[in-house]
Amino acid sequence: MAETKEIQAKEKQEVPVPAEQTKPGPVFTPAVDIFETEKEITLLADLPGVKSDELNIDLRDNVLTLTGDVTPWEGAEEEDLLIEYEIGRYFRQFTLSEVIDQDKIDAQLNDGVLRLTLPKIEKATPRKISVKAG
Amino acid sequence: MIFRRPFYSPTWGLRNPFEELDRMRRQLDGMFGGWERRPSRVLGAGVFPLINLKEDGDKYSVRAELPGLKAEDINISVTGNNLSISGEREIASEGETVRYHRREREAGSFSRVIALPGEVDADKVEATHVNGILTVVIPKAEATKPKQITVR
Repeated sequence: MAETKEIQAKEKQEVPVPAEQTKPGPVFTPAVDIFETEKEITLLADLPGVKSDELNIDLRDNVLTLTGDVTPWEGAEEEDLLIEYEIGRYFRQFTLSEVIDQDKIDAQLNDGVLRLTLPKIEKATPRKISVKAG
Repeated sequence: MIFRRPFYSPTWGLRNPFEELDRMRRQLDGMFGGWERRPSRVLGAGVFPLINLKEDGDKYSVRAELPGLKAEDINISVTGNNLSISGEREIASEGETVRYHRREREAGSFSRVIALPGEVDADKVEATHVNGILTVVIPKAEATKPKQITVR
């Protein structure tokens, strides 16, 4: 088997959010993979600790907004011994250049990873235009 | 295998001193409306996964963010008072035809050993993995549990 590389520890990236928060606390930007096929755009986002009912996906005017609220999962009476990461909300926004078929958007959240499928509207899929000789 | 010993002395407070400074700065930022955005924090930790270690009366809890891993992909073992967490994160291929715009999520193997500050009961360690959060609860050994002493 090929030698697999080791994952490097990465700090969660804190982001300034455009709107002021009603709840205080840090806001982090989740790591994402985005890829495209002819038919759809797929977005994978690491959202550890976010439950499906705490995740908000909003698409309007070609702006896709992901907001993940996190209910702290740590016992309140516990004493910190070593803290290497903080718990906070997740926020990330993307501008989409393609027209998305809003009715067919599919979102799945498994083990803290969101898989969001954004199908392109039929019109946006490439068409072949035959050129006739005049 | 990378060893980290965050605990130099069991009596000394185990918090990272810079952590406290950072917390203070966060509070100050809040007071002044945060007009000066501070750069992201620099911590000493360089080993994946980053962990939070907490304790209450009779147990330690180690939590790590491991999104995208299945419970069976994570190996946990306790030797003496060393907790070892290892595993591999795989990101499935999406096929040859896809065009990537962003690839920020990382795949690879990881291995980490955490020295717990006291004796533990290795037989009663419990681990759960929910929503991408790994929680390992390690009961303290009977001898080190706080005991209520009645004053007569």
